[in-house]
Amino acid sequence: MTTTEGTHSRPVGDGASEDWGPSLLPGSEEYLEDPRHYGIEHGAPWPEDVPHGQNDMHWRYDDDPRGARRAELRVAACWTVTLLCGIGLAWVYVAGGQTQVEGGLFALGFGGLGVGFVLWARDLLPGHDVIASRGGLTHASEESDRRLAVQSLGRGLEPMARRPFLAKMLGGVLTVFGISLLFPLASLGPAVDGQFAVTAWRRGIRAVNEDGDPVRPGDIEANGILTVFPNTGEDPGSPAMAQSSVVLINLASAPFEVRPDRKDWHIGAVGSQSCIVGFSKICTHAGCPVSLYNWSAHELICPCHQSTFRVLEDCKPIFGPAPRNLAQLPLAVDDEGYIIARSDFNEPVGPGYWNRPIRVNPNTGAAVEYS
Amino acid sequence: MSTTQERAAAEKRQGLAKAGADYIDDRFGSSPFLRSAMDKIFPDHWSFMVGEIAMYCFVVLIVTGIYLALFYVPSSQIVVYHGSYAPLDGQRMSLAYESVLNISFHVRFGLIMRQVHHWAAVVFMAAIAFHMCRVFFTGAFRKPREVNWTIGLTLLTCVMLEGFSGYSLPDDLLSGTGLRVVYSIIESIPLIGTKLAFELWGGPFPGTSLIPRLFVLHEFLFPALLVGLLSAHLAILWRQKHTDFPGPGKTETNIRGSRFFPQYMLKGGAMLFLTAAVLFGLGGLVQINPIWLYGPYQPYNDSAASQPDWYVGWLDGSLRLFPHWEFRSWGYEIANPFFPGILIPGILFGVMYAWPLIDAKIYKDHVAHNLLDRPRDKPFRTAVGCAALTFFSVLTMASGSDVLGNDWHISYELIIEGLQILVFVGPILAFLIAYRVCIQLQRTGNMIIKKPIGGIIVRGGDGAYHTLGDDHAGDAHGAHGADLPVGANGHGNGNGNGHHDGNGHHDGNGHSVAEPEPAPVAVDGGGPGEDRSTP
Repeated sequence: MTTTEGTHSRPVGDGASEDWGPSLLPGSEEYLEDPRHYGIEHGAPWPEDVPHGQNDMHWRYDDDPRGARRAELRVAACWTVTLLCGIGLAWVYVAGGQTQVEGGLFALGFGGLGVGFVLWARDLLPGHDVIASRGGLTHASEESDRRLAVQSLGRGLEPMARRPFLAKMLGGVLTVFGISLLFPLASLGPAVDGQFAVTAWRRGIRAVNEDGDPVRPGDIEANGILTVFPNTGEDPGSPAMAQSSVVLINLASAPFEVRPDRKDWHIGAVGSQSCIVGFSKICTHAGCPVSLYNWSAHELICPCHQSTFRVLEDCKPIFGPAPRNLAQLPLAVDDEGYIIARSDFNEPVGPGYWNRPIRVNPNTGAAVEYS
Repeated sequence: MSTTQERAAAEKRQGLAKAGADYIDDRFGSSPFLRSAMDKIFPDHWSFMVGEIAMYCFVVLIVTGIYLALFYVPSSQIVVYHGSYAPLDGQRMSLAYESVLNISFHVRFGLIMRQVHHWAAVVFMAAIAFHMCRVFFTGAFRKPREVNWTIGLTLLTCVMLEGFSGYSLPDDLLSGTGLRVVYSIIESIPLIGTKLAFELWGGPFPGTSLIPRLFVLHEFLFPALLVGLLSAHLAILWRQKHTDFPGPGKTETNIRGSRFFPQYMLKGGAMLFLTAAVLFGLGGLVQINPIWLYGPYQPYNDSAASQPDWYVGWLDGSLRLFPHWEFRSWGYEIANPFFPGILIPGILFGVMYAWPLIDAKIYKDHVAHNLLDRPRDKPFRTAVGCAALTFFSVLTMASGSDVLGNDWHISYELIIEGLQILVFVGPILAFLIAYRVCIQLQRTGNMIIKKPIGGIIVRGGDGAYHTLGDDHAGDAHGAHGADLPVGANGHGNGNGNGHHDGNGHHDGNGHSVAEPEPAPVAVDGGGPGEDRSTP
């Protein structure tokens, strides 16, 4: 939009016009009559849906000086609250800070400021309830403007389109080159080499608790559970141990169903007073540690999404979104009476992924079976 | 009643203003722009302020966030804690977690800044969700504002990512558990999932790279996106002008409300301060995310009642309700979290992005609108919105299945199974009820009185028009006067065309006309006065 000389506007010089005078004051005839204050382009006809003669210079206590004075005092009172809160906050800071008092003072301080502004605008300032033109239903340009734009576009596009070979080649080149620009991003992570399938458990490695102490079968009370880690010297909380946490369960005399291919994976005879089994603690749904144990039903429960695993049936999922059994760790006891692993898991632990093998070599972690 | 002295002072001030305006205009030629900016009119309705609240939450987030960044240490390096919070003394934790403990217990005024930051994020999302509902139910996304709907949805997505990344930075047990779940969701994406998870985390979960990387995303990438998108959102709003509800004197081509200067500038500033007041009040008085109670993240540990912040709840609930399916053939599998974690949200957001197109198709409406629909006048759209809200609500409820089970003394199995049914039945019921209520509201013209919009006309069986609730419609003008701030009416300056038309119905936009026999399907939802394009 360019400035054009309006019928009411004064000549605009190079910054120094003498003739502006009172006509610049809001509420003056010039202000009230100029269509541009109502969203109407200069020179355009006055639309039917914009009333003439609106006076948006009115405010609430326009005709009531005493009311206006009271309104002014109300605003001042609000801002006084803010002032006092500011002083109060300084005092709180010096005194060492106290979160609740800070919160109260901040809230009151900001609140006083805000309410003061609202009251000021509502009671003492004009500009309410004006009807103006939107300048049309949308801001669509005139047809001629659109044609001009299309012409300008065509000036370049048409000659470009006359060289289809170059256009196609550019497409190919940008694709190849663009993909190559993604390679720096690929450095963010290492290659995926079956690392998902490997934990730190190996044949003969001892199980340690979260303090790093080795565990004997007697350390787990009947119907109790204990989270253990492979004794590699790493802190159990360290990232390297994240895949390897195992929950040992003392099933006491509960009837654990031993699979024929896993006859010696538990410690102690099934049905004896102490029978210990070990399962991966990583939920096969979304990878949370399966931390809850309902000992009366022998169920492991994942706190994240309530997947429930029946320990007696090989940690089969019986409720919730987990699609697979928890992986079982083959256990044994070494010469000194401490619990050890017979090998790593023979299947990947944790949640599923695209190329997850269903069996891995427990000694190398290499995939042995995909379907 | 200004005295001569006052008038002279006013003229002097105007002279100074003129000098300033001249200085700027001589250099930028900006007077028309500045004038139109100050003259700009914003319609007055409380529901239009909620988007603004969202923006002010963002302001508070930036200010408090910069402060927190001065103390936060984005590092997974393990240290032994010996700080001012005695119960955790001697514990091993990441530097990140330790630095957040220090902000909470050691830095004076640190805890309130942290809690205000978190509260602001939570309220931010709530304000955005409300704002989006308002835009949806009133049809404000229709032409010419479809692009801004798209930008708004992208903003919502970015704010969710920004919120979740920030929530995860303290490296506490709760947020670490959330990250573990997100890792599994990403890992479950067919073909690229494992690689993608490795790229983000720098290897298998949890690794030591994520916390510093999240910091970069939370501090730089997402905020930059937010600032850019928000600027576009506002610039488009500014250019297209705000929509408004139909009402006396309002047409598609005019706009009624308060000037930007001084009214909205002051009220907007006030809104910023009032938003800050609420957020600081909450941050000081209502505890949020007490990470010292959760403890540092340990990959082998988590606890019952692990719920994310509310705006991620529906995703968590989706994971809880989806059955234990996993599909496997030829040695490849689509893992379970993919369906509730990627596919369902993808479909939902796809529909939301496409809604302006869908809506235009359903209502055969391809013309521009500046006046809003009342939800009842578009029963199908309103019913779809209610169904979607019910769906999200059931999922959100599902994310609290264990807590609800505990509180209500019901087994979590029963709650989840119940919600698995409710997640289908609820939205259908909500759809039917909302549809019925819309039709009924149209017929009875109930609740016109509170917000008169110019009377409701119904065409009877004989083809004649008559006004519903005639006695109230006649009041429309008076009630309207009370409804708006002191208006021109009170001063009798007569901005009156169409304004004093108590029934206000023939204002050319036809919005206030209800259909006589509401059609059974929404495709036909247009009554005689409903806006629709000519085919």
